Amino acid sequence: MIERRPFVQKILKNRKDNLRVVSGIGTSTWDLMSAGDNVGNFGFIGAMGQSIPFALGLAKAKPNYRILLFTGDGDTLMSLGSISTIANHPVSNLTMIVLDNESYVETGSQPTATAGKTDLELIAKGSGINNSYTVKSEEGYEKIMKTVYEEEGPSFIVVKCKPKATPLVFPHSFDGSVSINRFMSSMNS
Amino acid sequence: MAEVTKDWRNDIYAVFKELNITMVSHVPDAGHTPLINLCEKDNEIEVVTLTTEQDGVGLSCGAYAGGKRSALLMQSSGVGNCINALALPNICRIPFLTLVSMRGEWGEFVPWQVPMGLGTPKVLEAMDIKVFRADYKDEVGSTVDAAARFAFNTNRSAAVLLSQKMIGAKQFKNG
Ligand SMILES: Cc1ncc(C[n+]2csc(CCOP(=O)(O)OP(=O)(O)O)c2C)c(N)n1
Ligand SMILES: [Mg+2]
Repeated sequence: MIERRPFVQKILKNRKDNLRVVSGIGTSTWDLMSAGDNVGNFGFIGAMGQSIPFALGLAKAKPNYRILLFTGDGDTLMSLGSISTIANHPVSNLTMIVLDNESYVETGSQPTATAGKTDLELIAKGSGINNSYTVKSEEGYEKIMKTVYEEEGPSFIVVKCKPKATPLVFPHSFDGSVSINRFMSSMNS
Repeated sequence: MAEVTKDWRNDIYAVFKELNITMVSHVPDAGHTPLINLCEKDNEIEVVTLTTEQDGVGLSCGAYAGGKRSALLMQSSGVGNCINALALPNICRIPFLTLVSMRGEWGEFVPWQVPMGLGTPKVLEAMDIKVFRADYKDEVGSTVDAAARFAFNTNRSAAVLLSQKMIGAKQFKNG
């Protein structure tokens, strides 16, 4: 089991210029912001279930950037069909990292389906994303970095982490229009 | 500006070309099929088949963030699947365009289409979407053109309801 916040920070340390990062509602957005403010980040604070299709649209429109999504198991379970859509309309520059704490931590740590019988790696594989794997310890770091920057996507990584609530770290703005415009300004047209 | 041709789907396609809409997502509806076919034949338009209409909202917003304009095609039942997702273009002031083929209104055969058919304009308006409507074939092009310009010029969400009058209500036959 991984301590997610320092792990996210480690992945984002010395990030390359061509990386753009999206995070889903819940702890993922606070984790992303904890790694430091960056115009190349866009964090969801609502619209549960939309971060995966958003990341697909972004990856399609910006093939010259590497797109990395951090999101939770709960957010992912709300849009499982979008994984099939990605598999069938592939994008080589997209990596999805599911920070799977087997619970809806943001709302009081109720168990999700992955605490029971459900395996997101297998769902992604069954949906048609071949490059799908699970990381259970810090040793997976090197493999993840290779996937994020080098491998042909789409890739789907399940990071098993502790179901522990962490302090909220707010983004630059809670106003979506401010966030998205700032994010868009970080990319060349 | 918008033309009137023999098939009104050609008029929608012409608006897509003129306004540089290069991604079209959908859960299929028979009313949209000729338009989907036109888009699929066009190498400059990427057609994405969704598993649920709500994913088209996020997809469209992500594409816009990357500088690509898109449109979501769905039937009226699909609108019900999108409600919470519509918060995303709303709060981010991302232009969002959807074209909705209406069911459950004009001579409908299937009672199950009626609830969402009746609810469609109301729920869209409840989510602050500007609702346009085309009832006649010769107004489709200009209506879609107006809705698209409204969305992309003012950074708002717009829907065009395409009346079942133009699509026709299939009368099902048993056996
Ligand atoms: C449609 C909808 N249902 C429920 C919620 C309440 N909610 C907010 S965050 C969240 C949990 C997200 O779980 P997960 O993606 O696993 O995030 P984490 O455990 O990392 O916090 C829920 C259920 C919501 N915002 N929207
Ligand atoms: Mg979780």
